[in-house]
Parts: sequence; C-alpha cells; structure tokens
Amino acid sequence: MRLLDDTRKAPRPTVIKRHSAFTRLWHWINVVCLAILLMSGLQIFNAHPALYWGKDSTFEAPALSIGAERDEDGSLRGITRIGDLRVDTTGVLGVSGPSTDRERRAFPAWATLPGPRWLAMGRQWHFLAGWVFAPLLAAYLLYLVASGQLRRRLLPRRREWRQVGTTVTDHLRLRFPRGEEARHYNLLQKLAYLVVLFVVAPLVVLTGLTMSPTMDAAWPWLLDLFGGRQSARTLHFLAAAALLAFFVVHILLVLVSGLGNNLRSMITGRYALPPDHALPTKKETRDDASH
Amino acid sequence: MTHPTDPGRRRFLTRGLLTGGTLMLAGCDQLSRSDAMQRLFAASEGVTQQAHRLLASREALAREYAPDDIAPTFRANGTTMPREADYQRLAANDFRDWRLEVDGLVERPQAFSLDDLRAMPARTQITRHDCVEGWSCIGQWTGAVLGEVLARVGVRDEARFVVFHSADRYRGGEPYYESLDLREAYHPQTLLAYDLNGRDLPIANGAPLRLRAERQLGYKMAKYVMRLELVSSFAHLGRGRGGYWEDRGYRWWAGI
Repeated sequence: MRLLDDTRKAPRPTVIKRHSAFTRLWHWINVVCLAILLMSGLQIFNAHPALYWGKDSTFEAPALSIGAERDEDGSLRGITRIGDLRVDTTGVLGVSGPSTDRERRAFPAWATLPGPRWLAMGRQWHFLAGWVFAPLLAAYLLYLVASGQLRRRLLPRRREWRQVGTTVTDHLRLRFPRGEEARHYNLLQKLAYLVVLFVVAPLVVLTGLTMSPTMDAAWPWLLDLFGGRQSARTLHFLAAAALLAFFVVHILLVLVSGLGNNLRSMITGRYALPPDHALPTKKETRDDASH
Repeated sequence: MTHPTDPGRRRFLTRGLLTGGTLMLAGCDQLSRSDAMQRLFAASEGVTQQAHRLLASREALAREYAPDDIAPTFRANGTTMPREADYQRLAANDFRDWRLEVDGLVERPQAFSLDDLRAMPARTQITRHDCVEGWSCIGQWTGAVLGEVLARVGVRDEARFVVFHSADRYRGGEPYYESLDLREAYHPQTLLAYDLNGRDLPIANGAPLRLRAERQLGYKMAKYVMRLELVSSFAHLGRGRGGYWEDRGYRWWAGI
C-alpha cells in the first residue's frame, strides 16, 4: 500500500550540488564584512558629507552634499543636494533622530557603525573588515577562473543571448526556470554576478586604496585610472551604493524564488531543482497545443 | 473581512523595534571598546602599515601637481589662531624671536631661527593635502627638508621617532603634538614648511612653521611647530600614543 501511495505523490525533486564549500563560506563571511564595510563607510562619510569630482575638493561645488539648515520657524531641515537639485530629506539624511532630539548628521545613527559620531572607530572597523573582504575577493576570483567555474557557470553562451527577451520578461513576471533549466544560472543571473564580481567589487577595493596617500605614492597609476583622489572617493561611494542595490534585489529574488531551497543551497550546498510539472496556465496549454 | 488598525499594537511594535535597534547599537559600541576588538584593530593597523611599506618604497614620492591645480584658498582645519600668550607675542613680532628647538636623542641640540631655516637646503612642491575627514586640497609648499635639519643636529642611534611639539592647545585642551618614525622623517618630500603658495605661511595654516609629510593624512602634519624632540619611544608624551589625535583614538599609522 505504501509503495502505491508513494508513486501517486509527486516524484522526489532532483537535488544537485550547487555551491562548493569555499563559495558558501565566502558568501557568509561577505554578509558580515559588507554589512560592517557599508555601515562604517557611512560613518566615515558623515565626517565630511560631500562628494566631488577631480583631484581635490571644490568646496563650493560638490557633486553631492548632505547638510542641515534652519528654516523660518527655527526647526532643523535636512537638505540633500545633487548638483543643482535640492531635496528635503529631514528625518533620514541631514537631520535625524527622535523628534525631541533631532541631530545634524548626514546618515542616521541606525545606518552607521558605530551609531554615534565616531570617525576614529568607524575607520578601524572599515579597515579591519576591508582586510578580510579584499584578500578573500581576490582569492575567490582566482578560484573562479582556475577551477573553470567562470567559464562553465558564469560566461553567457550564444544561445542565451538569443533568448534574452524571453529571459527578461520571464524574470519580470517572477517566473523562474524549473527542472533541468534550473541547473544553470540564466543570462540575467550570469550578468549580475559577473558585473558584481569582476567590475563593482574590484572597483570598490581599488577606489578605496586610491584614497590612501601612501598607496598613491606606491601606485600613482591609481590616481590616473580614477581621475584623482576625490573622484575615487565619489566612485567608491557609488560602487558601495551599487553593491547595496545588488543586495536588495538579491534578497528579494531569494525570497520569491524559494527561500528554503535557496538558503539550504548556500548552507549545505544542496539545491532541489524546482519540479518541471507545475500546473500550466491556460496560456501555456494553448502554446503547447499549437506546437 | 477587514482588520481594524490597532494603534496600540503598532506603537508597541515600533517601540520594540526601536528598543531592539538601540540595544543592538549599544552592543556594537560596547564591542568597539572591548579589549578583544582593540587588539584586532591594532593588528589590522600593523598589517596596513606593513603592506603600505612593502608597496611604497622609502623614496616613493607623493604625486606633485601643476600650478593650475592649486586651490584658490587652502582650507585651514583644527586650530586656526592659537590663543596662547607666548605664541601671540611671537606672532606680534612677525616671529623674529621664534626659535625651533631641536633636542632629545641628538648629538648637538640646536635652536634655529626662521632665517636659519630659510638658508638651509629647501624644496618646493605642489601636493595634495588629505584630511582624515575625507576632503583634499592642493597647495604649494616651500620649506627646509627635514632630513637636512636632522643631519645638522646628528641623530643618535637610539632615536626612532621625531616628535613635533606645537604652540597650540587644540580647543584650549592639551598641547598638540605629533610624531613620525625616521623612515617618514627622512623622506625627500618631508618638509618643515614656512611658505604656502609662494608667501609666508599664514597663521591659519600653521605660521611660522608646519610639518609636511605628504604620504600621511593631515592630522600628522603639526602646525605652529616650536620644538623637535628625537625619542626612542613616545610612551612618556601625552597619553602615550604618539600624537594628539592618536591619544583620542586615531591610529598612529596615518598613511591611509
């Protein structure tokens, strides 16, 4: 009887080994490192909440600045400026904290490490986490190349480029690959990981190094590559923002594409391919019939 | 069926979140101060310094810029007008009575007037000043090469650091001082600067003499320098960490 019951149930999904131990370890260390780097980075930014393009700071014309002003009735307003654009960001940027105890600070206490204004401590957290993040990033990129995973798993194939339209619309409708197709990253995943791993992450490390006056003496080409120390600082900020954006999209997609399965694959490495025989929608049935 | 909103519950949740957040932040701050983290931070500073020195040779020069790059006004930070009576007297007389004392672990302790320093081998350089806060400013500095001054007084073998004692007490507190090790002190761009942008150094920028250490952050570059002291350790000075800002939590290695 049991046997019969079992056969009537859905077949067990195929479980594949999705992530190597190194990938999984690297991933979770990065979670901690990037949280520390981002929050201590905002603490450091708060010490001089303005960004510039070029070799040095054009104090009268920052590309971005976050400040505070008193309006006519004497209350503090947080003002964020991007070029000529002025936005009132009271409560979050420029002025934040409980309404009884408003504080002038670019990023709010909940977003910085440590919470209170403490540049010296923010720098120590930042460099400590940087020493974990940057060498591991270099090691991971080497591993991807040397193990062939870069070629096998991340470089897009010609066929995938031909189907780019379908992949995009499927993604927008939150329809994710199932069955055998879910064995591999799709084009959008590949591109996102390639850009983050090989462009944004190295950019954030190198622009960080460019802010060090001793590194500028050691590797003066850094200044030429990024167009000066203040440009490097601005790019560092933008690259960090890009990493944060990646993080948000990453979390959302993990949530909607099967939290348990995704989490398990990043903890034990084992990923169950979503079964292929989900109930077809009416449209799909019609499509099938037309073939 | 619609659920009526429950302001009491929402307030409770918000408060819970805020309290949780505050506790977490307080936890982070406590962690920041813990001995274990302090040891890790010190280790990280050591690795940063060693890596910098592995990559930047003794002689590697900071970038020098073109006259067009000089900022219209050089931003002054920290003390911009020392209130100490002794300093004010010297300033009133255009620093004619000012002397730079050089002592400590040296063969021939000496005092230098501004004219003495101006007569010594000089260097002019257009460099970028990087403040620990994050901003940068480009200016042209002329000054006596520190290595030449040290050669004149004869540094003893036990000496490891040059301490720069300033005339000012930042915000009326403790005296400002800073220190460099000999490797940075003998760097060709390390100057005792007396001119900024071709004119006498303004008081806001450290008149009559300030340190330029171009591979370091701004807080290292003491202004209103009165005395150089050669030491084997800075444990006996201030709170023992080698500088005014170091005594307040900033790291001694300020090359990053």
